[in-house]
Amino acid sequence: MTRLPVKKTYKLFIGGAFPRSESGRTYEAEGQNVARASRKDVRDAVRAARGTLPKWAGMTAYNRGQILYRVAEMIEARTAEFAGLCTGRPEVERAVDRIVWYAGWADKLAQVLGSSNPVAGPYFNFTVPEPTGVVGVIAPDEPPLLGLVSRVLPALTGGNAVVALASETHPLAAIELAEALATSDVPGGVVNLLTGRRAELAPWLASHMDVNALDVTGADGDSPELERAAADNVKRVVHGDPDAQSPWEIASFLELKTVWHPVGQ
Amino acid sequence: MAQAPVLPRGFELPLEPRLPRIGSVDAVALEERAASLAKRSIKREAKVFALDLAVRMMDLTTLEGQDTPGKVAALASKAIRPDPGDPSVPSVAAICVYPNLVPTAVQRVEGSSVKVASVATAFPSGQSPLEAKLDEVRWVVEHGADEVDMVIDRGAFLSGRYAKVYDEIVQVKETSGDAHLKVILEVAELGTYDNVRRASLLAMAAGADFIKTSTGKLPGAATLPVTLCMLEAIRDVHEETGRMVGMKPAGGIRQAKQAVQYLVQLHETLGPGWLTPDLYRLGASSLLNDVLMQLRKEKTGTYQSPDYFTVD
Amino acid sequence: MTELERKQDRAPVPSEWTYASAPEARDLVTLQDRYGHYVGGEWLEARETYTTISPATEEPLAEVGQATPEEVQAAVDAAREAYANGWSDVSPSERAKYLFRIARILQERSREFAVLESLNGGKPIKESRDVDLPLSAAHFFYYAGWADKLEYAFPNRKPRPIGVAGQIIPWNFPLLMLAWKIAPALAAGNTVVLKPAETTPLSALLFCDVLRQAELPPGVVNIVTGDGRTGAEIVKSDGVDKVAFTGSTDVGKAIQRELAGTGKKLTLELGGKAANIIFDDAALDQAVEGIINGIYFNQGHVCCAGSRLLVQESIYEPVVEKLKRRLTTLRVGDPLDKNTGVGAINSKQQLDKIQELVASGAEEGAEIYQPPCRLPEQGYWFAPTVFTNVAQSYRIAQEEIFGPVLSILTFRTPDEAVEKANNTPYGLSAGVWTEKGSRILWMAERLRAGVVWANTYNRFDPSSPFGGYKESGFGREGGRHGLEPYLDLT
Repeated sequence: MTRLPVKKTYKLFIGGAFPRSESGRTYEAEGQNVARASRKDVRDAVRAARGTLPKWAGMTAYNRGQILYRVAEMIEARTAEFAGLCTGRPEVERAVDRIVWYAGWADKLAQVLGSSNPVAGPYFNFTVPEPTGVVGVIAPDEPPLLGLVSRVLPALTGGNAVVALASETHPLAAIELAEALATSDVPGGVVNLLTGRRAELAPWLASHMDVNALDVTGADGDSPELERAAADNVKRVVHGDPDAQSPWEIASFLELKTVWHPVGQ
Repeated sequence: MAQAPVLPRGFELPLEPRLPRIGSVDAVALEERAASLAKRSIKREAKVFALDLAVRMMDLTTLEGQDTPGKVAALASKAIRPDPGDPSVPSVAAICVYPNLVPTAVQRVEGSSVKVASVATAFPSGQSPLEAKLDEVRWVVEHGADEVDMVIDRGAFLSGRYAKVYDEIVQVKETSGDAHLKVILEVAELGTYDNVRRASLLAMAAGADFIKTSTGKLPGAATLPVTLCMLEAIRDVHEETGRMVGMKPAGGIRQAKQAVQYLVQLHETLGPGWLTPDLYRLGASSLLNDVLMQLRKEKTGTYQSPDYFTVD
Repeated sequence: MTELERKQDRAPVPSEWTYASAPEARDLVTLQDRYGHYVGGEWLEARETYTTISPATEEPLAEVGQATPEEVQAAVDAAREAYANGWSDVSPSERAKYLFRIARILQERSREFAVLESLNGGKPIKESRDVDLPLSAAHFFYYAGWADKLEYAFPNRKPRPIGVAGQIIPWNFPLLMLAWKIAPALAAGNTVVLKPAETTPLSALLFCDVLRQAELPPGVVNIVTGDGRTGAEIVKSDGVDKVAFTGSTDVGKAIQRELAGTGKKLTLELGGKAANIIFDDAALDQAVEGIINGIYFNQGHVCCAGSRLLVQESIYEPVVEKLKRRLTTLRVGDPLDKNTGVGAINSKQQLDKIQELVASGAEEGAEIYQPPCRLPEQGYWFAPTVFTNVAQSYRIAQEEIFGPVLSILTFRTPDEAVEKANNTPYGLSAGVWTEKGSRILWMAERLRAGVVWANTYNRFDPSSPFGGYKESGFGREGGRHGLEPYLDLT
């Protein structure tokens, strides 16, 4: 007699927990009922991200790198599950390798992107990169896993907290990723993943006054409207590449701080 | 002033009820402020005012092994009447000499407004026993010196024996009696502005009537920043206790333009109340003639030659 | 003592020392009656004009153009033409040499520019002479050196120019902001259409003569004058590939909205409400100078001005005492007088805004202090002002005043200082004064601001990146980082 498998309920990932949408809504995608987040879920996710940001940003870069590497380990271990939720094993492997690549960047950014500046006077002057803050990511629909990883990892590596809207058509990989993140050492709230209707959610994210940067890579034709809304608090708007792997992608989510101090006896 | 941190030993024996916070000095910002004040453009009547005041504030100085009664007599004449060609030029404040020449100096300036200042306390090093220093002070005061320019014991200061420095100043002050006491910090040996501020407050707490930058025997004597640092300490003592202590930059001031810069700094740091020889002196040996030349240039409109001004 | 010597009585010491006026020679500058727009290396007769004045006297200085959409289009076309036919072919090392030339000419003509800057903008000659001009020349010199070294600035990338940069600059540092915009744009190989601020067009127009002397190819730099309408035309123009704006946060947001979805690159350097934080162990006299420099430099017309003074409660009284005393020695008056420390407010409009905010501060319950000073009757003037007893919620502690007005608040612990300092939508700059090294770095790490001055304030250098967090804008000007906004790095 065949055993009836226990099916998963696909929920949101907010503040390290897996709530249903506060609206109680779901939608069907990839043959499953998936939580359909509301504007209040966006609000909660941003609040969670803001709350945990100091912890994540305040970690040593070495520590952040180790935690991101641990995420890669968690995904690698679930390769089979992920492969079934995206374009297949090669996409999973590329995603894992990309995370490992970014993990190694965490403690090199300040050296590559920062500088000490030879000002004309008795001052020591240096520039260091710092996280922008809370980053909203509108992930591309395809590829469902690698696209999301490629947009979220640059922000994470730099020490930001992320609220990401998953692929609308292929959200399951994102939920699987949430489960991997939940078992890694990434503090709850550093990555928040929302599933639902992009057209409904993105404007709330774009206009949210406590979001500091907006990645519109997956926004398609909605981008101009979102960018306009983003101007309300001068968000940094990032048009990324869904398949990029570069320290300049990290730099998009960094601020540069320059510090002066006199040099004297 | 609130928040006076723990005072080192020696700082705890103030003559004043309260001392200003010792605090610290940022060297770069201090030097920038001094440089910025030095850029004031002082023209016409304002310049004549400053030059005239510089003459009145000058301590005309000779401190050489080769000083003789003849040299001091000449210096005294110059001090009383700096520009024989222009009686409107005032006398200088004082002549400053070695102890042996005090009697000559006193005799030569008698009846004029010019005071006699004598260095003492084993000038310039200060490396003698306290008894010897006090004897020297007693001697110059007995022989008529109006002002005593003492040196602090830098050895004691730099080794952290602040109480010794303090006690010595207190005793010299007592021994000086009515004579005005100028305390020379010899800033070039103190190393940092923090030390200069510390020594300034120490000297004022111990009863100095004036604080003075230097002996003039070392390179790196008076500078605008170090003088500013001392003026700020004087200002803090005034704000805290109401007492007005005088200031004397000495050494390295050779040009009229520098003298004007020092006066601007004084004016803008301590205010018009300090624009008097009673509270500010310029210690110099070769500054006077340049000031006289500039004064005559302002009055005649013609650039001058040193040939028309007596060397002493 | 001789008889003559005896007569040498000490005359009484005069007591009041007033500095005689020491004006810089105004005739160093020769102004035309009327200026057009500088387009394609030629002067284009302006169809509409307005009068630019000296804010210190309200004296009319010249008629300048109010560029129409067609005139802006002509400038953009000239820039496109120069970019496509010639400038992009100029070798990087030759490009560098043009910039070196500009730097040198600015050095040689610096006194003339300084006088003009003070005349048209109202800032003290001391500042235009010692700050604006040296820094402007240095900026060109610094970026000149980058022009043929871009591949070292961005390893593993192929830096290419973007095309035509549209640049809109403010009135507080007219020539310096021009240098901040034009130098990196040209070093990166772009061409430029720049609009100086409505109230301060003259130094940019004189700069066209520097371009002529440097023999910069026609159309590489085009300058059009006018008000916000002209700026809007530049932003909208299809021929502009990159927009750089320095000015108010409101206008910055409008530009960001306007450019939404266009794919044009944008950098914004906007407003600020910086905290200048004084701890009880600070070197007090120097900190007081830093406070003064932080807020009264350039009449407080500085986006990074330290307009919120946060003083640790334990030294509140001495700091306020010292500050008030120092305020009485500020010399307010003729911008061309070499001893002036605080000049004229840049415009009537700005003066109205300052007055309105200051009135609100008094109404909300803050205590106002202004040193006794006589302000000239003609022109736009505002006395250096300090508000004590200010709550974080007052408008004067929240809104950018952009004038010589300081609000003093207190704090008790480093945590509280950080919390109050960051409690603003802005994030351009901050100041920290303490003698404790570890605390400086702790504070610097936590302050959400693009520039942190520790034990100093309002220092600038071409090699030092400048720009804001949050609503103070994005992008950096200065340093290697200042090249990035002008390059295509894909």
